[in-house]
Amino acid sequence: MSKPKFKNPVVNWIDYRLPIFTFMNHELNEYPTPKNLNYFWNFGSLAGITLVIMIVTGIVLSMNYTAHIDYAFDSVERIMRDVNHGWLLRYIHMNGASFFFIVVYIHIFRGLYYGSYKAPREILWILGVLILLLMMATAFMGYVLPWGQMSFWGATVITNLFSAIPLVGESIVTWLWGGFSVDNPTLNRFFSLHFVLPFVIVGVVILHLVALHRFGSNNPIGIDVKGKQDTIPFHPYYTIKDLFGLSVFATIFAAAVFFFPNFMGHPDNYIPANPMVTPAHIVPEWYFLPFYAILRAIPDKLGGVLFMFGAIMVLFVLPWLDKSSVRSSQFRPLYKLFFWFLVIDCIALGYLGAMPAEGIYVVLSRLATAYYFFHFLIILPLLPKIESTRPLPVSISTPIITTSSNASTVMAMREKK
Amino acid sequence: MTNKNTPDDKNKRDFLQVSTYALGAVGAASFVWPLINQMNPAADTLALASTEVDLEQLEEGQAITVTWRGKPVFIRHRTKEEIASAKDQLLDGLRDPQTDDERVQNEKYIVLVGVCTHLGCVPLGQKSGDVKGEYGGWFCPCHGSHYDHSGRIRKGPAPTNLEIPQYSFLSDTLIKIG
Repeated sequence: MSKPKFKNPVVNWIDYRLPIFTFMNHELNEYPTPKNLNYFWNFGSLAGITLVIMIVTGIVLSMNYTAHIDYAFDSVERIMRDVNHGWLLRYIHMNGASFFFIVVYIHIFRGLYYGSYKAPREILWILGVLILLLMMATAFMGYVLPWGQMSFWGATVITNLFSAIPLVGESIVTWLWGGFSVDNPTLNRFFSLHFVLPFVIVGVVILHLVALHRFGSNNPIGIDVKGKQDTIPFHPYYTIKDLFGLSVFATIFAAAVFFFPNFMGHPDNYIPANPMVTPAHIVPEWYFLPFYAILRAIPDKLGGVLFMFGAIMVLFVLPWLDKSSVRSSQFRPLYKLFFWFLVIDCIALGYLGAMPAEGIYVVLSRLATAYYFFHFLIILPLLPKIESTRPLPVSISTPIITTSSNASTVMAMREKK
Repeated sequence: MTNKNTPDDKNKRDFLQVSTYALGAVGAASFVWPLINQMNPAADTLALASTEVDLEQLEEGQAITVTWRGKPVFIRHRTKEEIASAKDQLLDGLRDPQTDDERVQNEKYIVLVGVCTHLGCVPLGQKSGDVKGEYGGWFCPCHGSHYDHSGRIRKGPAPTNLEIPQYSFLSDTLIKIG
């Protein structure tokens, strides 16, 4: 028999039968969290909130959208002009996709910098990569729905990637299209999948959170929590920190929605889809550009597709490529250097993906692609053999409590050893 | 330095907390309102909210049905006998007492929303071969409501008379509904 824990007798009555309040108290209120988390730890909750914003605005947009090649473009224009607040809802959804990727990419690089993918958080990391893949599929299919020129030709190019598969490629593409080109059946199934995949993402996010709460958050120092003195309750400390981060994020998001709503889009997508004419310069949305650069860098159809998917697949096995037992870059001087090289490499790939595939851009794309895989497949496995890591603090509390001098911290640590 | 727990300090914190919650509630409500309001009629739907009808070809005893806001509107050019029977009807015993004068602008033409006030079916009585019910007006086949020449409910489950749409005569034979 559990004794009553809540002041409200109704809450107690329900909780005894359905321990939902105990669960919420445990996971959202008293949940012990490392006390040294910095603002990079805000991006997980920001991603969750953005997912909710996307689902809510998406559901109301779907109430006003017609998934038919003859009506889709006009129905989106009707949302922009006639539906009450339709322009606002669509701009939130449209920019929300970009902001979702910004937040998630920062979240991922946070994980890379502080070694959050290492034992015992490998499954947590893998679920995160799975969420990224699902997000990419969802974002791609969502971009097709307005049925503008970029929608149509993006859909054509991306579905044609599968034609690179030997023997069955053509049949798979025909199957994806439901015909012999991107047409009404394609639009209908993309709408259906674009609607349902976010709920699949919610399911994986729940698993991601279950895995997170098994061992709790990693932290900037990257060492395990040693006891109560290293943690603070999630509420109010991190609820308030997450809320403050959210208000900053919401301000920037609102600025984009109200003042630069089309900054991250392509004007060509305001031209209705025309299967007879391809736009002169066709590029994907910015969040796909690094992968697009890798696709174009490989001078072979199948090879390009394999390397592009390989760029994400390599993240799945990252916990086993990086064998260093030290998590945080703060104590890995060489890894820290290569981390920043990787950041620059990814930004370079993004830039090159937006440039035409000719001249110097091709050469640079190949170099940047080669370096991307070199980082994960060669540098990370070799690094522990040559890197001398800096000494780790005894605990999260030690460097904070011992303010007298750094030397004493190191001394204390050496004594323990 | 003042003590952290002086009543002044507590008041200040209470004020901050309440104003934060209040501002948060306003913010949340202002985000929720567009989500709700998008379901209200859009600008193009409202633009279709009026219909003009020319009654010149409508002979005595004939009726036409036009669409207004996606609903049928009945217009009947009543015969002298029908007008007389509608006018002579005593209000005693009517479920929704209204005189015929209250229900027409020009006694020759009765204009009604053709939707039964019971559960929304379209009553019969517009076509010459239709069942018109025991009172000669309209008859709803769904649950058997009988309406008279003025569209008043006389028998059956409907609670009120057939609704009169907002309309005006632009000329003797041209009306604008809505």
